[in-house]
Amino acid sequence: MQAISKSTIYLDYASTTPVDPRVANKMMNFLTPQGEFGNPASRSHRFGWAADEAVEEARSHVANLVNCDPREIVWTSGATEADNLAIKGIARFYKSKGNHIITSKIEHKAVLDPCRQLEREGFEVTYLDPDEGGIITPEAIKNALQDNTVLVSVMHINNELGTINDISSIGKVVKDHGAFFHVDAAQSTGKVEIDLSILPVDLMSFSAHKTYGPKGIGALYVRRKPRVRIEAMIHGGGHERGMRSGTLATHQIVGMGEAFRLAQKEMKADIKKINIFHKRFLKEAMKIEHAYINGDVNNKVPNILNISFNFVEGESLIMGLKDIAVSSGSACTSASLEPSYVLRALGRKDELAHSSIRFSFGRFTEEDDVNRTIEILGNVVERLRELSPLWEMHLDGIDLDAVEWETH
Amino acid sequence: MAYSKKVVDKFENTLNNPQAFKVGKFDPKEVNVGTGMVGAPACGDVMKLQIKCEQKGNTHIIKDVKFKTYGCGSAIASSSELVEMLIGKTLEEAKEIKNKEIVDALELPPIKIHCSVLAEDSIKQAIKDFESKQ
Repeated sequence: MQAISKSTIYLDYASTTPVDPRVANKMMNFLTPQGEFGNPASRSHRFGWAADEAVEEARSHVANLVNCDPREIVWTSGATEADNLAIKGIARFYKSKGNHIITSKIEHKAVLDPCRQLEREGFEVTYLDPDEGGIITPEAIKNALQDNTVLVSVMHINNELGTINDISSIGKVVKDHGAFFHVDAAQSTGKVEIDLSILPVDLMSFSAHKTYGPKGIGALYVRRKPRVRIEAMIHGGGHERGMRSGTLATHQIVGMGEAFRLAQKEMKADIKKINIFHKRFLKEAMKIEHAYINGDVNNKVPNILNISFNFVEGESLIMGLKDIAVSSGSACTSASLEPSYVLRALGRKDELAHSSIRFSFGRFTEEDDVNRTIEILGNVVERLRELSPLWEMHLDGIDLDAVEWETH
Repeated sequence: MAYSKKVVDKFENTLNNPQAFKVGKFDPKEVNVGTGMVGAPACGDVMKLQIKCEQKGNTHIIKDVKFKTYGCGSAIASSSELVEMLIGKTLEEAKEIKNKEIVDALELPPIKIHCSVLAEDSIKQAIKDFESKQ
């Protein structure tokens, strides 16, 4: 493993966050012989009772952050499993009601791939285009609803763009139609308020590791009133009211609970700080010629900023920014060699997807990190443009769209 | 993507010292200059390679080279590596350069082999352009 320089700046919080040290400390009390290591399902002794109590306390913390009943929270291994459980669970349980599903082209793969699987099982799926700002509108949903639509799944905050969908208005359209509404909220917790007591949402997916909790744990909210039923994917003991069997990972659950408790407590302060960074970063980055923000800048969270630097390829920019950890929508950073499907869905040129960088800030980002990144960024973009034949052609007044490229 | 140290060094050296690594352009209209441009912005890489040639006996040798590359780190490193191989070679020798040599020199991972293919294509095109002018 290559040693990571201590001076490397982490600006990839939308990918994952470090575990808050307060969370890690709490988790360590639930592993060793000295700690509460019991199986929460053991009803016959105090080891089990103590673990069960910790799990239920964590469940309350998660429920409190999103204002629902703790009995509506089902533990999963992460948001991917929660998405799978919601989408396949509804589709399979209610298949006699209808076989049409609506989702969007900018969903996470954890939503798109289960939908593809359901297509193989005979379901029909509509994949909606976002508007050019990366937003899925209630009108688009309304127009796509059919008599046999059983489920609509739309993400709350897009992981690449940070754009926010109006899940309240979308939910109303879906519920008026009588379909179920699932929301992937992996990027939302601790970033925006969620109030499930008033939101017309039936199922919502959560992740711990995007909110300073550990990886490997997440949860699915499943509405009780009116009751929403799902077909389980994992069987073996009937844990979590039969919706998700398997011994509960006490330490992970405690970690998620503590992370969400802290998120509730510190959300305002986190947002306030990140808003300042966002404003400053945006202002400075936009001074770079031909830099474009991807996604509606007036309708997004401040912790994610996706910018394309035209005439510069994203992976080379990441390599140039060697002391800064960011991610790109460039094909060259993906195993598939395809540029970001999210950026392509915005209907802009592929070049802009290749040239995109996602900067994401978090609780442990410091002012100096932002200042240093801004300083380095402009310099590296300029030097890569010196290397870029496209930049040269642009300066010579050549319209790159009019050139007949030899595609390969 | 974990690159070999060779790719990283070549990329960084080229970025930090573009003149020394032959980044730049010749006037494409000059008779002794051949230009090759391959790739497409939509695919994420474009390489432009220019050779300046000089008559030597009954053949031409490559006196100087300039290039510019838009692409990932290994695309930039591959062009830079190719450029180093070219100077002083006759056109016949340059035509013989295979992408495999670039792959080996930079220890390119399999997923990045297309970068070396693009580099090979760029010299072929540049030579073709030069020969069409003679």
